[in-house]
Amino acid sequence: MSAHNETHGEHASVKDYLIVAAILTVITIVEVATYYEPLNQIPHFWLMVTLIVLSAAKFFIVVGYFMHLKYDHRIFRRLFLGPLAAMGGLFLALVLLFAYHGVKYYQ
Amino acid sequence: MSDNSIHSSSAGHHYTSLGLDNRKLLWWTVIGSECMLFGSLIATYMVYKGKSLVGPFPHATTDAAGNVVKGILDIPLTSASTFVLLMSSLAMVLALAAVQRGDKKQSVLWLFGTAFLGAIFLGFQAYEFTHFYHSGLTLQTNLFGATFFVLTGFHGAHVTVGVIWLTTLGILAQRGKIPPEKALNVETAGLYWHFVDVVWIVIFTLIYLIP
Repeated sequence: MSAHNETHGEHASVKDYLIVAAILTVITIVEVATYYEPLNQIPHFWLMVTLIVLSAAKFFIVVGYFMHLKYDHRIFRRLFLGPLAAMGGLFLALVLLFAYHGVKYYQ
Repeated sequence: MSDNSIHSSSAGHHYTSLGLDNRKLLWWTVIGSECMLFGSLIATYMVYKGKSLVGPFPHATTDAAGNVVKGILDIPLTSASTFVLLMSSLAMVLALAAVQRGDKKQSVLWLFGTAFLGAIFLGFQAYEFTHFYHSGLTLQTNLFGATFFVLTGFHGAHVTVGVIWLTTLGILAQRGKIPPEKALNVETAGLYWHFVDVVWIVIFTLIYLIP
């Protein structure tokens, strides 16, 4: 398959988009439900892990299906996932440095 | 004649030697750089999370005297605005699908529909900002105010640009100036719009839902 064909390959159908939107809605409802009793009684660590996993699922569903990255050329995937990985590294470094090493920064 | 020039002359598009359209390559590069921008803003918010010395605070907490202080964030309201933005992404893909199959009526409907849903999201944000201001939370109040307004303000500015862009495309579609051959014009706008949506997905979880 040529690069040109890969770029304009098969996209999801309208029916697929509706199914994806329904899945995203269900995930959002579950996320919001964790804010209320009794779901918010889950230990904080596990609540945080659950919400981050659900959020990541929504993120990659939108990027994969609505932004067509699942079907697009690998160069587009690299252009997006490269900076995303760099951002993830920066995020972790900052949070670990400031939140878990007791750096005084606001006095 | 090279493969590149064949592509360029036949469809009026600007393909690279890889057969990829330059405009699409540009927008993915822009989105990559936007990832870094929002990543920095979100990381800054997380670093300062829970470090405000004075209220208002985002979530319910206890003050020095042991009294429970109510959080300022309104989860039901923001859940509604999140749902609206999510549905605008669905409207966006339906607009692109309509443009690609040459359905002018549906193209106009979904393009304006997406812009309208984006405008509703901005309305929610304007209400939230106003409410926070009247509750005593400004950029200068505390670390939460500073990081919250900068992050969500930047996101709101991106949504505003998207609404203007989509409205312009809607008007062009109405005038019949977006035939299926020009569907990439809508696809690039869609990439930007969906990116704005995924950024909000992260913001909603990290700021609003995680206490």
